[in-house]
Amino acid sequence: MSAAASGAKIVPLAPQVAAAEAHARLRGVTRVFELPKSTLHALGPIDLDLAKGEFFSVVGPSGCGKSTLLDILAGLSEPQAGTAEFEGKPIRGVPDGVGVVFQEDASFPWLNVRDNVAFGLRRAGMDPAEITRRVDYAVGFMGLKDFAGSYPAQLSGGMRQRVCIARTLVLQPRLILLDEPFGALDQQTRLLMGDELLRLWRETSATVLLITHALDEAAMLSDRVGVMSTRPGTFIDFVETGWERDRDSRVVSTPHFGDITARLWEKLRIEALKIMSAGKA
Amino acid sequence: MPRSAGTLLVLLALIVLWQGLHLLVGASSLASPVQTVTKLAALLATGEFWLNVSETMRAFVAAFAISLAGGITLGIVLGVRKLAGNVAEPILTTLYSIPKVVLYPLVLLCFGLGISAKIAFGVMHGLIPITLFSMNAIRQMKPVYRRTSQVMRLSPSQNAFTVIMPAILPEIISGVRLGFSLTLLGVLIGEMFASQRGLGFMLTSAINIGQIDTIMAIALLLTVFAVTCNTLMMRFDRRLTHR
Repeated sequence: MSAAASGAKIVPLAPQVAAAEAHARLRGVTRVFELPKSTLHALGPIDLDLAKGEFFSVVGPSGCGKSTLLDILAGLSEPQAGTAEFEGKPIRGVPDGVGVVFQEDASFPWLNVRDNVAFGLRRAGMDPAEITRRVDYAVGFMGLKDFAGSYPAQLSGGMRQRVCIARTLVLQPRLILLDEPFGALDQQTRLLMGDELLRLWRETSATVLLITHALDEAAMLSDRVGVMSTRPGTFIDFVETGWERDRDSRVVSTPHFGDITARLWEKLRIEALKIMSAGKA
Repeated sequence: MPRSAGTLLVLLALIVLWQGLHLLVGASSLASPVQTVTKLAALLATGEFWLNVSETMRAFVAAFAISLAGGITLGIVLGVRKLAGNVAEPILTTLYSIPKVVLYPLVLLCFGLGISAKIAFGVMHGLIPITLFSMNAIRQMKPVYRRTSQVMRLSPSQNAFTVIMPAILPEIISGVRLGFSLTLLGVLIGEMFASQRGLGFMLTSAINIGQIDTIMAIALLLTVFAVTCNTLMMRFDRRLTHR
């Protein structure tokens, strides 16, 4: 994996991709929550261009609006100001071609693994033969073949999250949004799941946006990492990792990985400290 | 040890305990298992007993149907409407904690001495628990299921039938199981206090003339009925939910 490191570069505040190529684009996106006694400025203004096929991660202190950002891209939440576009069209409701994997276990306990994975395709009324083909592929790809007839209650947390990823994968989304999908898993499982995710990304050539609080995860998986400030969350840094497309979790042992993580932490530390001191005050 | 063997063992222990208690307190206070079963067999052979059984069953089935339909509907509405649920929950809990038997004279005045009073009293027992369980089933549904159905762009009816319904079913079945026994209790109490027919009426008559074996035979029949229905509902729950 040292080959990857040799071609790597760290670019200060990486230039945005040209507007015409952007797969998803946010301009001046702001989200404000009206609370009973006050208003909470949660997010923005945010400018972001996701290039087609890019693996982009967002790191930021807790409560900075990372998940709100994801909700806006997923069409689950609308910004008060600014525009959000996916494939050149404004996002109104959940766009076709966007898949989301949540942090919480969203597998359906009343369906076995196969039926869980097939769920979205069946609701979409797809041809049964095509459903079987796609589900077989996704179940095999996520290493769930031996558990196809099992129910989620019989599986570990990591396995259940695989089911959720497979369930999104079969829908063949062109933009995959992941909201701390491995947050509830232990460190070793997380690294291995990261490998799965990279494999999936290479295979599908989808654009990926990953939200995480784990710097190592962001540094190892991404082409580019966006660092967010404390609330109201805005991007304060973009770091290009320069990894080859064909990478895996072993990059964590390279010096370049250390450089990236250090750069991320340098920015994030200041933000995290702000929260801590605010908590003390 | 297989499950059925365990059940059998518990059953055997209960019969031994029953026999022991019978020997301890005497036949005038507690009939023996053999006496009870013999009496029950004799009762089942008479037409009059079946009239009473069918009277009780009619009242029970009507009361349970009302509790079921009303409780689930009301519970789902209160679960979906947050404010209504917040207002209704303490009211329902308080209402339910009233010893309902003190209201029975009022029920009789409102519904008369016939079957409708028994049905109403059964509903008074069964409706609220089923409502509360159904309401909580909706309220405690994992929010991520709703988000999942949104990102899968399900239609409202797909969301209702393929996500919400299976997600809340286990909790609703728990409520229904509780509602079942309480409705049965309500109907029987109703019959015991003011009725000319039904198993509850038979019980009161037997108590008045000291027919211990009749009391025990009816109790045995009701126990078998309640346990069988409860077991069936639990089986249904397990087959459906795989938890």
